[in-house]
Amino acid sequence: MTDRDTALTIAGLDKSYGRTPVLEGITIHLAPGERVALLGHNGAGKSTLIRLILGLTHPGAGTIRVVGHAPGSAAARAATAYLPEQVAFHKSLTGREQLTTFARLAGEHPRTVAPLLERVGLIDAADRRIGTYSKGMRQRLGLAQALLGRRRVALLDEPTSGLDPISRHDLYAVVDEMAANGTALLIASHALTELEARTDRIAIMAKGRLVADDSLVNLARAAALPTRIRLTARDGTADAVQAELGGDRKNGRTVELHCTTDQKMAQLARISALGDAVRDIEMVPPSLEDLYRHYCAELRP
Amino acid sequence: MIARLLAIAIAEFRIQTRNRWLASATVLMLLFALALTFAGSAPTGTLGVDLLTVAVASMTTLAVYLAPFLALMIAFDAVAGEAERGTLGLTLTYPLSRGEMLLGKFTAHLAVLAIAITLGLGAAGLAAWLAGGAGTESARALARLIATSILLGASFLALGYAASALSGSGAAAAGLAVGLWLVLVVLYDLGLLGALVFDQGGDFTKHIFPWLLAANPADAFRLWNVAGSQEVALISGMAGAGKALPGWAAPLSLFLWPVLALVLARAAFARVEP
Ligand SMILES: Nc1ncnc2c1ncn2[C@@H]1O[C@H](COP(=O)(O)OP(=O)(O)O)[C@@H](O)[C@H]1O
Ligand SMILES: [Mg+2]
Repeated sequence: MTDRDTALTIAGLDKSYGRTPVLEGITIHLAPGERVALLGHNGAGKSTLIRLILGLTHPGAGTIRVVGHAPGSAAARAATAYLPEQVAFHKSLTGREQLTTFARLAGEHPRTVAPLLERVGLIDAADRRIGTYSKGMRQRLGLAQALLGRRRVALLDEPTSGLDPISRHDLYAVVDEMAANGTALLIASHALTELEARTDRIAIMAKGRLVADDSLVNLARAAALPTRIRLTARDGTADAVQAELGGDRKNGRTVELHCTTDQKMAQLARISALGDAVRDIEMVPPSLEDLYRHYCAELRP
Repeated sequence: MIARLLAIAIAEFRIQTRNRWLASATVLMLLFALALTFAGSAPTGTLGVDLLTVAVASMTTLAVYLAPFLALMIAFDAVAGEAERGTLGLTLTYPLSRGEMLLGKFTAHLAVLAIAITLGLGAAGLAAWLAGGAGTESARALARLIATSILLGASFLALGYAASALSGSGAAAAGLAVGLWLVLVVLYDLGLLGALVFDQGGDFTKHIFPWLLAANPADAFRLWNVAGSQEVALISGMAGAGKALPGWAAPLSLFLWPVLALVLARAAFARVEP
């Protein structure tokens, strides 16, 4: 793959603050239109990686290319959208004035500002000072500035923090729209939730290293976390069901089984062979939380 | 480049006017100038000059302290404060060079200073003219005072940016700004005065002292205003030092300082990681 095929290329990246290594050997590529969730606990190094890509700080070793350009160069900055973790603006400017300033800096016509404010639901508050905005409104304004112009790479640092469920839903739509326009998105988060699960790939960082980088499906397969099957037995048959299938007895009539993905069909066949004895069946696939904990635990001493 | 510089300048000018900095600076300038103009009107008759001449001499003394102070108060927040509040990082991810950002802020801040100085000193000058008369000579002295005050402010704006970029926090930047003001506007002159007393009219007094005066923007400002007007020089008693220098020394210093200080501020800003 050449630089032109990838929106973002990072290879062998190291960064330390003083003697403390913060990032070690990070290598990751993003193709145009790809959505990648960057997961990790607080302090894993996600924000530092994003600041390196933006050229706000400099690596100890390794290379970064933003659509072929060095990080922090005018071309790389023109191609990159950024939503900071703690998004802050000048309190005494109005939302419209602040966004107009960013539009001018990005070389966009101020005409593009009103539709964007409309898009993020801030048009009614556009002429109020940002000092009067709620955290969620500032986050929306942050999102609006990230939508200015045609950016090739978008770096969203914990974009869902402080958003209510409806805003979250809007955020999903914005992310999908940007991806559809060919923007590569790197979305940092400290939790694996619905938004992160909707991405094309998941990269997990722990203590400055990348411990996983694959699609959710592949990650789940590789982790081989068991699916839970919960059976509700007919009155008085729970013992017989447990004797036949094994598993744990949860209460008078519930039996819980654990099975891996490839055992699932065989297990289901055995269950249906029991006929009337089983009144109900519920399958609980491994949760996103289980999966995330599995990968983050790998590096624990 | 000009578009981005202007974008920063427009936003910054709005912020300054909404923070009421423009209004406070103007009112401060005006009140002090009026007070000095009329408090200093007593010796008019004895010297045989119009009131505006006396007012300009008093206002020259005032502007040496006030213009650098106002400039530093406007400038010290420019880098450190923005980094602290988290607004700097996002702005610098736009295709805007750090030099453009500094020049944009400088343009807006200089406009604020220029308005405050022109309105403040201009209104006091007008009042002096109405109360005690003025001539072409004293009107020219007032115009020179306003222009050089703005230049002096420009030097200290740029020095304020350098202080801001060198400081880790807004509070440290404010401290450094106050220190700069003390050293350049107050202590420097005291030091020179001490050296003069010690030298007792020797080589230092004749050859080195005038150049050391011109090297400090605040003293260069005084020299320029004094050299420009015999009558102002008479009142402020600074004619001696001015005569030992070529005419271009003080203006060169006042024009060079903002440029050098901006270069220094830009170099310090380059090392800031927001
Ligand atoms: N400017 C800095 N100076 C020193 N240490 C830093 C700095 N920025 C981040 N760190 C350290 O780097 C580590 C990673 O931080 P960060 O990238 O913010 O993590 P995350 O965004 O994943 O929560 C943390 O241990 C943090 O203390
Ligand atoms: Mg972070």
